[in-house]
Amino acid sequence: MDILEERLRTYLAENCLHLPPDQIPADQPLLSSGLVDSFHLVDLALFVESEFGVHIDDSELNPGTFDSLDQLLQLIRTRRRQ
Amino acid sequence: MIPLQETIPEVLLHRYRETPEQVAVVLRLGIGERALTVRDLFEGAAGYAREYQGVGARPGDVVIDLLAPGADLLYAFLGATLVGAVPTILPFLTEKLDPERYQESLDNLIRLTRPVALVAEPVFAAKLRARFLDTGKVKAVLDPGPRAGGSPLPNPASWQGLRVGTQSLALLQHSSGTTGLQKGVALSHAAVFRQLSAYLPALHYSASDVVVSWLPLYHDMGLIAGFLLPLLAGGKLVLLSPFDWVRAPWSLLQAVSDHHGTLSWLPNFAYNFCASHVPESELAGVDLSSWRAVINCSEPMVADSHRLFAKRFRANGLHDEALATCYAMAENVFAATQGGIEQPVWVDRVDGHVLAGEGRAKPADAATARTVEVVSAGPPLGNCQLGVVDAQGRPRADREVGELVLHSDCMLQGYFNRPDATAEALGDGWYRTGDLGYLANGEVFITGRKKDLMIVGGKNIYPQDIEYLINRVPGVHPGRAVVFGLFNPVMGTEEVAAVVEVDSQVSREEARLSLAIRQAVATGSEVTLGPLKLVDERWLLKTSSGKIARAANREKLLAERDRTLGAT
Repeated sequence: MDILEERLRTYLAENCLHLPPDQIPADQPLLSSGLVDSFHLVDLALFVESEFGVHIDDSELNPGTFDSLDQLLQLIRTRRRQ
Repeated sequence: MIPLQETIPEVLLHRYRETPEQVAVVLRLGIGERALTVRDLFEGAAGYAREYQGVGARPGDVVIDLLAPGADLLYAFLGATLVGAVPTILPFLTEKLDPERYQESLDNLIRLTRPVALVAEPVFAAKLRARFLDTGKVKAVLDPGPRAGGSPLPNPASWQGLRVGTQSLALLQHSSGTTGLQKGVALSHAAVFRQLSAYLPALHYSASDVVVSWLPLYHDMGLIAGFLLPLLAGGKLVLLSPFDWVRAPWSLLQAVSDHHGTLSWLPNFAYNFCASHVPESELAGVDLSSWRAVINCSEPMVADSHRLFAKRFRANGLHDEALATCYAMAENVFAATQGGIEQPVWVDRVDGHVLAGEGRAKPADAATARTVEVVSAGPPLGNCQLGVVDAQGRPRADREVGELVLHSDCMLQGYFNRPDATAEALGDGWYRTGDLGYLANGEVFITGRKKDLMIVGGKNIYPQDIEYLINRVPGVHPGRAVVFGLFNPVMGTEEVAAVVEVDSQVSREEARLSLAIRQAVATGSEVTLGPLKLVDERWLLKTSSGKIARAANREKLLAERDRTLGAT
């Protein structure tokens, strides 16, 4: 697990899922399942922007953009390369 | 301000004739804006009315509006009133909700209200057609969008809804209720207009006011304050979607700035949410100086939330005096009090020990060990009487806490098709609110609730409904889950907390089970679960009759938490 994944896991664990960070299944749907609710989405986007310098527009905060931890990691990595 | 007429369709017709080109509603959904004139609203409504009429809708029939935010949501609602039918708006099916669970609660509601027509988003409408047409009273399930028909709309004055009396039902407001027992608050046209004639002067409302709202229309605050009030009183409404607002809370502030908004209603958590979730970059050029009243309503009001909000947006021109308060309930159409318009909101500082121990709001002084701030909801509206009674129904003195009871000339006719619930709530003509509070100097202070009801982000949530969802998760001992509200000061609202007994074999899979429980709550209700504690069998306290005692278990959880915190 790299530092990016670790920080993201820790954030989701503490703020949304209240689980030990290593117990979040990487493919667990988070948005479509409602586990990360809409009130936490704007937080998550602000966190991703400030921590990783990656902007996720509010119009993108839906399962079509990312749903699981894996997908979010991929999104961040792709945008960081751009 | 236009003169208040006597029924909703009469006012619509009046505005249609007098000021057809006036912009009544500005929809700000996603990117861009769409202005709806009075003509758009009336003719849009008439399109739906013609279809309702075509399927045989008669005055008094119920029409259920399940649409997503947008012009059609408004047209479908107003169209029902043109034919004298009784519209009700319910939450639409979002991707988050479990369709089966949603369907289940809709089935119950349809059985109770026996609607003549439903209006729903296309995908869901198809399912509803298969389920309800030909099985009962439902005659049509309509899609949104431009109405077909071809023939010109009938003479505007010919609608049947223009001939119903003021005592006829105007609409139903559905409070969220325990599973299968939703209550439709039945309100007459007379009640709606008496509410407005008392509330508009208390707000110092004028036709130059601009209401800005993101509130959903399936709750009383959104339906009345964020739709019917500006529509019927004349004035502009800028309407946002709750789904957009929650992802971009700055959209409210930008809308106020762009349209010189003057009035908004918000639940308490929204003050915290806006103050802490709006990046500085979104506030560039935002001017909030036109905002004359930002009214805190629909959940317990917290003085710190007001301070946080005022401080955060002062640099954008927000006046401290704009912060206002209101105590409202669907059973009274909407508002019963209004504070902060004539003078700044009064924050009563009282002795916390005396308040909790003796149920008395003793003003704090230098010797007070623990001071509690209680935010005034303001004085009752001119047409409302609020009293405070003890458990036996006897009046309590000023500054003594008891249940608030309400009497007014704009109350519900009853709960629709629920004479049992009506009798329980309105036995002697006074509505028992279930809220605890006190009166002081003619102002109303709310301190708590008699019922187990939780208010989460302005939504009324019954613990039984959440317990029902948790009990169905495999691995949970059926009947061994308890749910209650815990106030979260950072969020400015209650969180839903649960303590759940699980089989000892399950303990190794706690992570999986807790995700399953969270998911069951998220997809089956309007809220997500906050603190969740999985415990061994026999952790939960029961009453002598074997029922799980919510308050006692809440205390037990808090005590354990304090011990844990004290130990670290």
